[in-house]
Amino acid sequence: MLRVTCPTCGTRPYEEFRYGSLFPVTPDSITDPDARQVDHAWMQDNVAGPITERWFHEAGCRRWFTAVRDTRTDAWSQPD
Amino acid sequence: MNEFVETLLDLPWQADHAPKAAYDVVIIGGGGHGLATAYYLATRHGITNVAVLDASYIGAGNTGRNTTIIRANYGIPESVAFYRHSLHMYADLEAETGCWIMHANRPQLWMAHSVSTARTEQARALMNEACGVPSRFIGPDECAEIVPQLDLTGGGRYPIHGASFHPEAATARHDRVAWAYAQGALRRGVHIWQHTPVVDLLRSGDRVTGVQTAAGPIRAGTVLSAVGGNVTTVAGWAGVRLPIRTHALQAFVTNAYAQEFPGVVSSNDLVFYVSQGPRGQFLMGAEFDRYASYQQATSYTYVQSVARKAITVLPFLAKARILRGWTGICDVSTDFSPILGDTGVDGFLLSTGWGTWGFKAIPAAGEQLALRIATGATPALIAPFGLDRFAKEAAMADPSSAGTR
Repeated sequence: MLRVTCPTCGTRPYEEFRYGSLFPVTPDSITDPDARQVDHAWMQDNVAGPITERWFHEAGCRRWFTAVRDTRTDAWSQPD
Repeated sequence: MNEFVETLLDLPWQADHAPKAAYDVVIIGGGGHGLATAYYLATRHGITNVAVLDASYIGAGNTGRNTTIIRANYGIPESVAFYRHSLHMYADLEAETGCWIMHANRPQLWMAHSVSTARTEQARALMNEACGVPSRFIGPDECAEIVPQLDLTGGGRYPIHGASFHPEAATARHDRVAWAYAQGALRRGVHIWQHTPVVDLLRSGDRVTGVQTAAGPIRAGTVLSAVGGNVTTVAGWAGVRLPIRTHALQAFVTNAYAQEFPGVVSSNDLVFYVSQGPRGQFLMGAEFDRYASYQQATSYTYVQSVARKAITVLPFLAKARILRGWTGICDVSTDFSPILGDTGVDGFLLSTGWGTWGFKAIPAAGEQLALRIATGATPALIAPFGLDRFAKEAAMADPSSAGTR
């Protein structure tokens, strides 16, 4: 079961949280403005590894926070 | 190792053979989609110099980790036409392959618990009827006639306002589908290499010319990726960026229940689906986990949430006990429709974006991709599902039909 690490409340059960979103990143190698828009709207990095996400601690401190989670292990780390 | 697959398919010759240095077609991923494509290449087009490579045993991925429901009631005409074709191919699959896949008709009720959702389901029924998939909206009384176990008050909170009724829906044994295609392909000379992970693609200029496996390179005229949740990595080797996110989809079965449960019951508002397997056990699933994940782990949170939803509408399930659960890591496309065919890179084709709706599409997708590989032209049935649709502003957005959004 996923346990989420909130910077204010510590590690708490997943049910207390609402998943926010990923940070969409368009690679610099795409230079055409139209292609960048398509990439921003649809494409995903879909990393098997650490990703940066927004979470909301709905049933706790009710704060949004940014966290880094490894999609293979659910290990949490602090964003840079 | 799955010894059942070994006995059924008689693959021991693999032990003292090695893959050839080159094949006409190499398919990465020995799930339903990869094996079906190989089968149709061999049977429809006589292309048998084909290798299917799987990192594990065949059907170990999402083909063995779904809820086996076959239906065609989608939300956009192009999808309905595609899934309808697949539904009909499934109905003939036992006769075609000579393998028993335990195909059984299970009419589907897609319930609405509010007036606005009832309108959505009415629209779905009308649209499907217009596209040639028998479908109609039925009221609560008729729902109870078809599935007497339903609590029409929905526990007082989710009253059943009606349902779109899809009488042609079916279920089939998922592993047997993979085995039927594998057996048919093997008999015609296709090579299936289990436990042969692909670690990179071979490239020559802008073209993909083969795959690099742990045991060595294999050259190929065409490489098809029929990979599930790890497809972003494979496409990345070819420099193709995908609108795919990998999410975990969980499901579980309960102990057997003697009384017959006649259909597939799903709910648009609660987002869950229940059907009865051939041995009487109940198979339940719901939405995929919201956050991206590459883990095939089952969570108590999920089981609890699905059980609560199912008991709301089917109170008798409160006495059922969970026997086992499983989790697949799904390649969910951002517009909830599959991505099939050309990628813009010569020699590299894709069958992905199968998210939580891939099992029902196995025959049609395999047949159409085999046609694409054999002729070089994209068949009309899958033309709307190309990767280039996003740049053309022609995305096939259909999240409400997935049943798992």
